[in-house]
Amino acid sequence: MRIQGISGSRGVAVGNVYRYIQEEIVIPDYTVAEDKVEAEIGKFASAMAATLKQLDTIRQKALKDMGPEEAAIFEAHMQIAQDPSLSDGIKSLVESSHTNVVAATAQTIETFANIFLGMDDPYMRERGADIKDIGDRLMRNMLGMNPRGLSHISGEVILVAHDLAPSDTASLDKNVVKGIVTAAGGPTSHAAIMARTLEIPAVMGVGDIEGFVDGEKAVVLGTDGIVETNPSDADWTEYTNQAAAYQEELKRLRESANLEATTTDGHHVELFGNIGKSKDAKHALTMGAQGIGLYRTEFLYMENDELPTEDVQFEEYKKVAEDMQGQPVIIRTMDIGGDKELKCLDLPSEMNPFLGYRAIRISLNRPDIFKVQLRALLRASSFGDIHIMYPMIASVEEVKQANAMLEECKAELTAEGKEFNKDIKVGIMIEVPAAAVISPILAKYVDFFSIGTNDLCQYTLAVDRMNESIGSLYQPLHPGVLRLIKHVIDASHEQGKFTGMCGELASDPVATMILLGLGLDEFSMTASSIPLIKKILRSVSKAECEEVANKALSMDTAEEITEYAKSVLAEKGLL
Amino acid sequence: MKELTVEITNESGLHARPATAFTQLAAKYASKVTIAANGKTADAKSILTVLTLGATKGTSVTLTADGADEDDALAALSEFLTTNHD
Repeated sequence: MRIQGISGSRGVAVGNVYRYIQEEIVIPDYTVAEDKVEAEIGKFASAMAATLKQLDTIRQKALKDMGPEEAAIFEAHMQIAQDPSLSDGIKSLVESSHTNVVAATAQTIETFANIFLGMDDPYMRERGADIKDIGDRLMRNMLGMNPRGLSHISGEVILVAHDLAPSDTASLDKNVVKGIVTAAGGPTSHAAIMARTLEIPAVMGVGDIEGFVDGEKAVVLGTDGIVETNPSDADWTEYTNQAAAYQEELKRLRESANLEATTTDGHHVELFGNIGKSKDAKHALTMGAQGIGLYRTEFLYMENDELPTEDVQFEEYKKVAEDMQGQPVIIRTMDIGGDKELKCLDLPSEMNPFLGYRAIRISLNRPDIFKVQLRALLRASSFGDIHIMYPMIASVEEVKQANAMLEECKAELTAEGKEFNKDIKVGIMIEVPAAAVISPILAKYVDFFSIGTNDLCQYTLAVDRMNESIGSLYQPLHPGVLRLIKHVIDASHEQGKFTGMCGELASDPVATMILLGLGLDEFSMTASSIPLIKKILRSVSKAECEEVANKALSMDTAEEITEYAKSVLAEKGLL
Repeated sequence: MKELTVEITNESGLHARPATAFTQLAAKYASKVTIAANGKTADAKSILTVLTLGATKGTSVTLTADGADEDDALAALSEFLTTNHD
């Protein structure tokens, strides 16, 4: 049986099906005699005591296994359980209507849960699930039923359930539960969020779990959102290997993420992540990023029919700044041109969009759009270490104009009494060859450079990187490109500034030693490339990289340089 | 009984953890404390009713306190709503 669901948490897992089906609560319908009211209310008090004790155990386990953020959920559960409105509601139903305590609890919980479930805010709807979870636990304790929980399962199982409540996921052991399948929910349901936190592959929303049989073999293909039961022997072996490889990968990542990106002779390198959406920052952190070297803000402009407002942008930038916990976040202002169709901005299509009306050229021409972004960036800068970066700079005038608008925004915010980091760092992308050549002049006006090798390479070599017929002419290690990179790095260092790189070359292992040897301060790349580049950086010395870079600079062709760099890596067993 | 109207200026409003901390703070005072916003009134010591107010940054809320320590309660709770906690 093969079922297509929704991807909840990536990875591959194999195991035996364990169906987690709860004994249903049957709410009694008796009424309470006048002289038994006090005793009935007493049942509520003892169920509450048991509930609080169980929640505290779960809270402690969550703190140990998942961290303070998840433990706080159960602290909130304990607080909700003790909420005076809840206990007053239940008690008054028993006292005035003589409703039995279980039915009174069910009614009161439902009233509160419905208020939350009916709210627009997804966070508040999630609280509705919490309230139901608490009510469920209270009633089970009143009826002397087993509390919900998963701590009793053993073996290696694929957990199949209708849905999972917070107290279920908090009590599950990831050594036992290898994969999760739920009938309900989607990528943002509680079960999916917890599965990702615990790194358990999960598929949600399969609709129906009737077809699953306890103990049968099952495979969870989390990334694709597919569950397969009773696979052929050959498939089973293949999936078992994939699941082992996934565990191996997680282990490697965890080990690598905590290591410093420092060379054998103690030179520290900044290893940053490139992201396109605010929610990707956390993933970059897990992969070991020590900052964000390029946050592309284009998606904000491409997602909607209307231009993003200052508040919408502010929230996005603030989220990344907070998620990165004080580590640098370099945010690039809008980099859009005629090659992308934008509903919110009517741009004519152009003959040569890469040489046309794009990026900073649009921003400087449209202060009404640019200043909204600058104000949002400034406001977010009081929540972390945000750096602003202008794309596609070709001249000093452009930097001066952009900085003048930034100063206007700062003055406006000061007048409005809004907070921002007054010493916010400002840098530019180096992707236009002329900018690379005049980098000693540009360095006077900015705090840092970030080399965008994809465009720098295509502009320097006059090679369209999308044109397959000239693909072999696109050579990032061309002596001309390398000399420009060296010139830019040297120019920044001479004036006490730093240079990073956020193009694809930064994630190419063949280039790592050369770039480090040239003095590149910061490498920024897609998160999944970080572990490999970190491994290389940790295996070499700055001194030997300088030799490699010098030798590469003395060579005549890109091919020679590439072959040489590969041979050095191969010698060190890094290729 | 004392009454005070303030605008919430902390970034997260009375959402999530700030709401938990707010009710915990309210519970420290003997006075009966209420908070009203968006046409609804909540017991400031009840996390459930406080959350149902849906009070975000910029919302104007009215606090009332009735009891021996009403002045202190109003001062502490209004300060809470106008400072950042993250």
